[in-house]
Amino acid sequence: MLDVKAGDEQSFALLLHRYRSPLINFLYRMVRNREQAEDLAQEVFIRVYRAREEYVPSAKFTTWLFRIATNLALNSLRDNRYQRMEISLDAPVTVDAEEGEEKTIDVAEKHPNIEQHLVEQTRKKMIRHAIDKLPEKQRAAVLLHKYQELDYGEISKILQCSESALKSLLFRAYETLRVELAPLVAQQARQ
Amino acid sequence: MGCGRMENRILPYVDGRLKEGERQEVEKHLAACAACRLRVNEFRAVSGLLDELPVIEPSAAFDIRMQARVAAEPMKQSWWAWFAPTPRAVLAASMLLLATVWLGSRPPDSPLSAADIDKINQNIQVLENYDVISDFAPLSELPPPVENDDASDNQNQQM
Repeated sequence: MLDVKAGDEQSFALLLHRYRSPLINFLYRMVRNREQAEDLAQEVFIRVYRAREEYVPSAKFTTWLFRIATNLALNSLRDNRYQRMEISLDAPVTVDAEEGEEKTIDVAEKHPNIEQHLVEQTRKKMIRHAIDKLPEKQRAAVLLHKYQELDYGEISKILQCSESALKSLLFRAYETLRVELAPLVAQQARQ
Repeated sequence: MGCGRMENRILPYVDGRLKEGERQEVEKHLAACAACRLRVNEFRAVSGLLDELPVIEPSAAFDIRMQARVAAEPMKQSWWAWFAPTPRAVLAASMLLLATVWLGSRPPDSPLSAADIDKINQNIQVLENYDVISDFAPLSELPPPVENDDASDNQNQQM
């Protein structure tokens, strides 16, 4: 990042290449919409690019990056919630269990058995829905902890809370997931 | 250590992020508490389930759109940028320098001789009043000067 600050455009391209995938995945799991996740990731990188000259390496770059990303994702979720509330007043009621589902790179080719494939799809759907049901801050904490493998200090800086509060937040999130995924958890625990 | 204190330690224990002393303390508690042992196993199971979610790849258009957005960003100019030479300024300065050198090295068009300067000094009064004389109406009404005046004088003298 210091090279980017010094005006090295090549370093920004490297930074983009290094962080675009983890950032898009984090945002995708936060907002559950691929297109929106990519738009938000672009916004994060543009903000990094614009702020490059003011960058002070007081914290780790990943902390700064994911802090911007988390704030944008939380704002976007709030905006979408208000938008959905406005739409739902006029829109006809539709039942669509797959709403918000995205097509992802999958491993269907590895399963010649269609039944096994369907079972796995159902498992993934249950896990996704359990994560989606978490309160936004808990969801962000779980995603940063589990998928970005950031340490507690970094995550607490990103979410602007104490380390102790973060551990408590994560404990509550895992408790909720444990209850939501009880059948799968029991199955997993037996293995 | 009681079960209440386990709340903030179960997950770091499952992650393997506890310090050695804390880990030993947790394990001592787990050896005596079946409920917390079950909780640890369940948290491990939840963590394993979260690993099952697939990873998505950025779309092919992502990089192209990103490059376009970065290229569209206005270049930030610092205060020092004022002193940085721009191609246009460099060209203008070079042209000015060349013109100065060329004018300075050019020989004077028609240097005046001492005789010319004497003639000008003699007629300086007429030249000073040139503006008045050139617009003096009575002068324009005078008949044109007679040509070959000297020649006719010479003929008269010969006769």
